[in-house]
Amino acid sequence: MKSITRQKSFDEIKTQLAGFDRPFIIGCGTCTTVTKTGGVDQVLEMKEKLQGLGKRISGWTVIPIACDEMTGVSIKENGRAIQNASCILAMTCALGVHRMSLYIDRPVIPALDTLFIAVEDSPGYFREVCAQCGQCVLGETAGICPITACHKGLVNGPCGGTNSGKCEVDKEKDCAWALIYERLKGQGRLELMRKYQPPRNYQAVPRPRMVKIQ
Amino acid sequence: MAVSRLKDALNSGKFVVTSEIAPPKGTNLEKMLHHIELIKDRVDGLNVTDHQSSVMRFPSIGGCLAIKEHGGEPILQMTCRDRNRLALQAELLLAFSRGIRNILCLTGDAVLVGDHKEAKGVFDLDSTQLLKTIRLMESGKDLGGNSLDGVVQFCAGAIVTPEARPLEPQLIKFEKKVEAGAEFFQTQAIYDLDNFRKFMDYARKFPVKILAGIVLLSSAKMAKYMTENVPGIFVPQNLIDELAAAPKGGALAKGIEIAGRMIATLKKNSLCDGVHIMAIGKEEVVPDILAAAGL
Repeated sequence: MKSITRQKSFDEIKTQLAGFDRPFIIGCGTCTTVTKTGGVDQVLEMKEKLQGLGKRISGWTVIPIACDEMTGVSIKENGRAIQNASCILAMTCALGVHRMSLYIDRPVIPALDTLFIAVEDSPGYFREVCAQCGQCVLGETAGICPITACHKGLVNGPCGGTNSGKCEVDKEKDCAWALIYERLKGQGRLELMRKYQPPRNYQAVPRPRMVKIQ
Repeated sequence: MAVSRLKDALNSGKFVVTSEIAPPKGTNLEKMLHHIELIKDRVDGLNVTDHQSSVMRFPSIGGCLAIKEHGGEPILQMTCRDRNRLALQAELLLAFSRGIRNILCLTGDAVLVGDHKEAKGVFDLDSTQLLKTIRLMESGKDLGGNSLDGVVQFCAGAIVTPEARPLEPQLIKFEKKVEAGAEFFQTQAIYDLDNFRKFMDYARKFPVKILAGIVLLSSAKMAKYMTENVPGIFVPQNLIDELAAAPKGGALAKGIEIAGRMIATLKKNSLCDGVHIMAIGKEEVVPDILAAAGL
């Protein structure tokens, strides 16, 4: 499971850093290293680009797992450089931005957009398979999530835009319902597709979503 | 009193004809009103598209009210793309209160294909659930389980794509729509009558009326484009050739002739219960198509 990110345009990063002349850059050794958006190489590349803008980089680090509690330790180790920084530029996913903000009183500016949580189907091929909707239908859809894999999140079968097994918004993407149909058919469970699915409960877990494990 | 004039026509056994009106992008209603005047007395019902292809326009219900004011029989197209269940139900109440009695339930195109590509697609309900919602509201309840003070009553329809590939998932959905309460279907454009005959052999088993979708082919280029790009539309090569062979400036006339010929064949062989004519931007030629069909 990986948090998939994409680097913001350098123009946007530049705008967000306006007024901060001494950023400290933090990357992540887990997801953003794998996706090449916030590993050591990308952090160093960012450092050079920002120096090219005349910024003085007060320091940089790549935290092993930016979203867990060890982030606090990493930040302590870099205490002095962070104290000297005017802001943190986070090359982590938003979970890392959130975690850092718990320990650092400097503004934390994200350099990345967090896109989705994915599984790696084959090397380098990441796919969103769960939207964490709080109301799992996989038992009736042969393990393929129509909420995630169908562009419109339809639960009662394909829309009229499906074409030769592909989605109307992107010919490269499979129609979720063509996949569900094929798999249910193979399992001899096509009757599940005939079952009417009522409107979904979009408040299964009202936002903001949180849980406390006893 | 009958639910609607369209429903009466569907039940009368006659060959039913519906067509569609596209509302303007803006407040200049002149062209739309002209099309309404031109077509309303020649057909059994007039659909008004609902931000067709996800392009923002004057609303479907506004067009339907205009048809009503001009004495026509409106069919309100409702997609689930832009409204959640509260807004959809509220619009059904409004429609009924203003004399609109026919609803075509659609899921709706994706926002991404339209002209507001960054908008949020809603899809709180889908077409099947919208049909069910209509039947629920007719029983006096809303989706929250509350009682309505004054109920609705509609002739509700849906769409089906007889040329979809693969076909079976579409047919499963068709059957779900029938079970959810669809009384009539307007099909996606059909051009291959042998294929359509096969679909009708299947569809006849269900207690619903089928209106074959007739989309006017205005040129060989347009026919080719549709075959290559529009899901579920396949124009046979002989029709593309026929359009290509038309004299310069005569492609539209040829398209009208083809549409008229198809309608006449469908009617003569009692292949289906009627047709739904979509002239897509050339609504002014709908009377010519009807004339070419001998209607």
